[in-house]
Amino acid sequence: MSIEVKNLNVYIKDNHILKNINLTLPEKKITCIIGPSGCGKSTLLKTLNRLIDSVENVRVEGNVFVDGEDIINSNGYQVTELRRKIGLVNQRPCPLPMSIYANVAYGCRINNMYRGRKLHRVVCKNLEAVGLWNEVNGRLRTPAVRLSIGQQQRLCLARSLAVEPEYILADEATSALDPISAKKVEDLFMTLKDKYSIIMVTHTLRQAVRIADYVVFMYLGEIIEEGPADQIFNNPQQELTKNYLSGAFS
Amino acid sequence: MAKNKSKQYEEVIFKILMVISMVIVFGVVFSVIWTIVSKGYKAISWEMVSQLPGGGFYIGKEGGFLNAIVGSLYIVGASTVLGLIISIPVVFFLNVYLKKDSKLAYIARLAFDVLFGVPSIVYGAFGFTIMVFLGLRASLLGGIIVITLLIIPIFIRTMDEATREFPRDILDATYALGATKWETLKVVIRQIAPGIATATLLSIGRAIGDAAAVMFTAGYSDRIPTALSQQTATLPLSVFFQLSSPIPEVRNRAYAAALVLTIIVLILSILGRFFTNRFSKNKL
Repeated sequence: MSIEVKNLNVYIKDNHILKNINLTLPEKKITCIIGPSGCGKSTLLKTLNRLIDSVENVRVEGNVFVDGEDIINSNGYQVTELRRKIGLVNQRPCPLPMSIYANVAYGCRINNMYRGRKLHRVVCKNLEAVGLWNEVNGRLRTPAVRLSIGQQQRLCLARSLAVEPEYILADEATSALDPISAKKVEDLFMTLKDKYSIIMVTHTLRQAVRIADYVVFMYLGEIIEEGPADQIFNNPQQELTKNYLSGAFS
Repeated sequence: MAKNKSKQYEEVIFKILMVISMVIVFGVVFSVIWTIVSKGYKAISWEMVSQLPGGGFYIGKEGGFLNAIVGSLYIVGASTVLGLIISIPVVFFLNVYLKKDSKLAYIARLAFDVLFGVPSIVYGAFGFTIMVFLGLRASLLGGIIVITLLIIPIFIRTMDEATREFPRDILDATYALGATKWETLKVVIRQIAPGIATATLLSIGRAIGDAAAVMFTAGYSDRIPTALSQQTATLPLSVFFQLSSPIPEVRNRAYAAALVLTIIVLILSILGRFFTNRFSKNKL
């Protein structure tokens, strides 16, 4: 049960986006990947569940082991299976064109996990888990796009949780939300980390300080420093990290 | 202050322009409908829409144009289904499989734009040439094939536009849940359902109203075809033939046929809108 990245290099066209990344992500913790824009945070995240495949002119070298299986060199079927294990929450919430209920049930349906009553229980449980149940109970059959953005984001999270992933990737999951919704999603992550390993890309340093257990600092496609949150925020070893944390660049 | 004044004039002038345009558009629509209704209502009767042409139908005697109604519905129904079956995979291929800057996609879109603009008489002539080459005669099948060819570019370009505005995140979201490409396709179809409906309505409108393409390829017959190899009448041709008659009564029947044609298109449009609104889960 772990994600291990070894000698990962990613090129898009002729640009070397990720340079020799080596990383072991801790289990059942919140790992925050921080760094200035364009440093490759999102690319790294996309590589972890092979969504990078849909990027044009991309070349990936190296290995990413998820539960001991090298996902970079596995075939289509395995990739589909892999993606189920790794939930994704995007920057902008993206409800599927269906009802609230069908959104949460979608993953279970396509993976043939549950049906009928059991499916209903799973949907309710996950809506409760993200704190949406009280807000949407009674209008489960209405289109998901009618929810507010913050609710949509939590719905997307519930949708990811419904397929019982082991990891959750979050790409700036709160940056498009209003402060109150953002707070809700953040709190949610804090409660979820007992069960899932969460890997989160964030632009907001303060957010990382609030919720991270482990921090990875990237700069221009390289990992400059990584370690427990305490150590990175209070006692960074590298000059670049110090400068970034003090706000010298962003 | 002077500047404000000129801004106000600008505002007023443009408002007037917009109103005039609206009036022109509505005026045209209403005068078309008025012409058809006022001239057609005298001739329209249950006999007209429920009977085949009798012996002296084209000189003003008994009978109706059921043959043309059924023929048009056959051709439109079959070609719409065929058109959808052929177009959806093409649209999906252009938008999901091909890369954004793909040369093939560019050329394909250009080709469809050109086809979009080709006049229907050219399709008719083209279909006729092919049929002569293959030794076929004008038939229901010929009409269906040519009308399908005629509406495929409309289908593809309209759906393509709808699909291009489609949020890419949805693809990532479904993939991330462990969806295969096939399952993703189903979500894409749901998302673009309103686009498909619009495309279908446009295509039906073009298909049912087109006379030139079916003139050589579907022929004309006073009977309802019972096989794909038989000739069939169509409403636009029925209108055309009756309108060129010197007998006033027959000319009025042409307007009755036009009225039926208009009503069919209207009903289909309303049904189409109703069903997309009813079943689209993506409406606000």
